[in-house]
Amino acid sequence: MAEIKVDVRGQTCPVPLVEMRKAVRKAVVGDVIEMVGSHPASMKEIPLAVKALELELLSVEGVETDWKIRIKR
Amino acid sequence: MTERTTIVVQSGDMDKMYSALIIANGALAMGMEVWMFFTFWGLQRLKKGGIDKGPLSKMHLLGLGKWMVKQRMNKAKVVSLDKLMADFKDLGGKIIACEMTMEIMGIKKQDLYEDLIDEYGAVGMYIDKARESNVTLFI
Repeated sequence: MAEIKVDVRGQTCPVPLVEMRKAVRKAVVGDVIEMVGSHPASMKEIPLAVKALELELLSVEGVETDWKIRIKR
Repeated sequence: MTERTTIVVQSGDMDKMYSALIIANGALAMGMEVWMFFTFWGLQRLKKGGIDKGPLSKMHLLGLGKWMVKQRMNKAKVVSLDKLMADFKDLGGKIIACEMTMEIMGIKKQDLYEDLIDEYGAVGMYIDKARESNVTLFI
């Protein structure tokens, strides 16, 4: 099981969401995707997308301008 | 079955092209299938080199308004329409080019970004996709 790191700090809508989707497509079942970012809307949006994609949201940490989200495929 | 979004892109305005592609990429990111149907002024944006050539829908001011909005977008680090289009295709987004618009406006396939276009069709093809869509928009 690999851990995939995605850094979208400084990127704005819709890039964090798109990069999350690209990482999920690359991952295999069991892989963990760790994203760091600074776009406030994405901190709320990525968990919504995780739910829509039926993935597991492991954690959401930090503040809206400096967050870390962990997702399990 | 995978949920689907269909978007009619009738406007060729720059700001509306942003709306259409951002929504399309959001839908793809959330696991939906997306079909964009480019027609009339929207199809002009699929001409080679034309993606960001549209005017602003309001306050264009002979290009000054568009220039000002672009400056602000750069400052806010909004990505280019080319990048949004590349991501859209990368995530499996599909594009239909309107054949009637091509006839009316004398546009040939070789005038368009043929590598971005999955199908050439008319209203029937749009409805065929839209009738089983969860989200459908006209922009």
